[in-house]
Amino acid sequence: MTVESTAARKPRRSAGTKRTSAGSTPDTAGAGPELVQLLTPEGKRVKNADYDKYVADVTPDELRGLYRDMVLTRRFDAEATSLQRQGELGLWASLLGQEAAQIGSGRALRDDDYVFPTYREHGVAWCRGVDPTNLLGMFRGVNNGGWDPNSNNFHLYTIVLGSQTLHATGYAMGVSKDGADSAVLAYFGDGASSQGDVNESFVFSAVYNAPVVFFCQNNQWAISEPIEKQTRVPLYQRARGFGFPGVRVDGNDVLACLAVTRAALERARHGEGPTLVEAFTYRMAAHTTSDDPTRYRRDAEREEWEAKDPILRLRAYLENEGHADAAFFEELETESEALGKHVREVVRAMPVPEHMAIFDNVYADGHALVDEERAQFAAYQASFTGGEAE
Amino acid sequence: MAVQTLPLAKALNESLRKALETDPKVVIMGLDVGKLGGVFRITDGLQKDFGEDRVIDTPLAESGIVGTAIGLALRGYRPVVEIQFDGFVFPAYDQIVTQLAKMRARSLGAVKVPVVIRIPYGGGIGAVEHHSESPESLFAHVAGLKVVTPATPSDAYWMLQQAIQSDDPVIFFEPKRRYWDKGEVDTDAIPGELHKARVAREGTDLTLVAYGPMVKTCLEVAAAAAEEGKSLEVVDLRSISPLDFDTIQASVEKTRRLVVVHEAPVFFGSGAEIAARITERCFYHLEAPVLRVGGYHAPYPPARLEEEYLPGLDRVLDAVDRALAY
Repeated sequence: MTVESTAARKPRRSAGTKRTSAGSTPDTAGAGPELVQLLTPEGKRVKNADYDKYVADVTPDELRGLYRDMVLTRRFDAEATSLQRQGELGLWASLLGQEAAQIGSGRALRDDDYVFPTYREHGVAWCRGVDPTNLLGMFRGVNNGGWDPNSNNFHLYTIVLGSQTLHATGYAMGVSKDGADSAVLAYFGDGASSQGDVNESFVFSAVYNAPVVFFCQNNQWAISEPIEKQTRVPLYQRARGFGFPGVRVDGNDVLACLAVTRAALERARHGEGPTLVEAFTYRMAAHTTSDDPTRYRRDAEREEWEAKDPILRLRAYLENEGHADAAFFEELETESEALGKHVREVVRAMPVPEHMAIFDNVYADGHALVDEERAQFAAYQASFTGGEAE
Repeated sequence: MAVQTLPLAKALNESLRKALETDPKVVIMGLDVGKLGGVFRITDGLQKDFGEDRVIDTPLAESGIVGTAIGLALRGYRPVVEIQFDGFVFPAYDQIVTQLAKMRARSLGAVKVPVVIRIPYGGGIGAVEHHSESPESLFAHVAGLKVVTPATPSDAYWMLQQAIQSDDPVIFFEPKRRYWDKGEVDTDAIPGELHKARVAREGTDLTLVAYGPMVKTCLEVAAAAAEEGKSLEVVDLRSISPLDFDTIQASVEKTRRLVVVHEAPVFFGSGAEIAARITERCFYHLEAPVLRVGGYHAPYPPARLEEEYLPGLDRVLDAVDRALAY
């Protein structure tokens, strides 16, 4: 049994959950045997009595779909990083290494479910059908969000850490009020787990039994601060104190992430309240393109995690099982290149908004000061020869 | 029974009741708003009549209250949040400033977040620390928010109706020391514009601009000044963001002198903005610099000293005399 619940508090003997006394090294780093894993890093399928049933219906075609999602997401991400290096984007927050956590959880959703992302959920956006080039507007500096959240039930990226977990909880409270059986999926990271808002969202969602799943991608690093700076217990165990189950899943195992998220969403739909999923993964790239990880972590650590790569793992499984042939991988490579080209073209052609856009949508019902300043600015612009200031 | 004489607190209660009756998407959230009816009884009886699903006692966490209200608004609800006291809003300040205020612009107009945040504010009730503050400037400074404050029971009733109907986030400051002051409320009236100032008393020699709890103080000042033969005009601002400079300008062009009065500290207070803009608009009409009366640049003092800190009759009259002496 890997899901913690307040109803079943069995003594635990696993290394990953043994108690630590104050002053000792916090036991947060080891994945430990409590980790839900369905695919080993070598691509071997391992049985899991609790979670096998949640992926029993996954066909080889769907497995190839998950693989395709991860490859294309990684390709998009690499393209965005390159575009930043070329000066086309001001910044990029890479998801490299977290593809399985995002695709596995994202593919567990129904269309009517709602997602509240951080600023790194490019893979989840992909699953929701958000045009990936839409994600680049804010990083190019042409908008601060720029898509209609209700088109794909995918809220805007949220940069202030943890704020969106409360929005997700409130949204889920509204779902309950409406009598709907949709669920809400809230993303955050190991760093944000220290935020008051995240902890308050745990309190509110537990008290109101809200249909929300908290999906924490523990990628081990909050910019330069390792997980030990955030917690002395494995993050998933925090859920118990709030009165709902927590589960740790291998975040580099797309199948396990799919299974665990499906199980948690099902609980939410059936009125059983929130679940905390801790996807144990690794941020392979820098925090953003502005970051320099050589100042705070060892190359050897990254190499250890490269051996657990989420894409190589599923590829090995597909090949071992004979679920995918060479033609599939070749076609995907072609598709991947085409996506990269498309992203490049769209980004380079992305228009800078008109100057007057500064004043748009500040209010729904208008505001006298905004109107006044808009008019002043327009007059100022018009005062230049040719009608516009350089 | 369209016209009733009600205390300001009861007018707010009736307004919330009306909103709950009219719009099934309106929900009230906050600490102790249910059985207790709020610490000031503004939500008295509402949970009993509308149920726990619409009048929601929340966990004790202001950021959580506002953050979940934002989520409910995104789902199509119209949450009316009660913050128990002015000094307790700051745990929610992050959600209000970084999320609530910017959500519409960030979505390029795709979403609206019609959240009303009610905050009892101001001093004069002999309270302990953090229960007497006037943080309105801290919200007026933020684009995306609207900030209003009624001074009369009638405005309390109607401005709250309008704030709840607004598709924008509204910070609704309630003058707590005037909660028990009575006035006529016509619930069948056609209300004026939410963001328009009101001339509360006409005069010719000097304009006093005030809002919320200071409107009554300024009306008392005007009455006292009248006994000395001075005719003061009192403008009740009603809305701090947006701010109706046209009404102030029209008054100052007539009186040629302006004193702004608020409980909030003078330094970087709303009076500073009014002084700057009215100086710009009325430079050739002014006979005296715009003067301000307000709190000092010191923490709100213990209750036994608050009468010295708050603008009262004499301090406002002193400023009036100084303005008239130019």
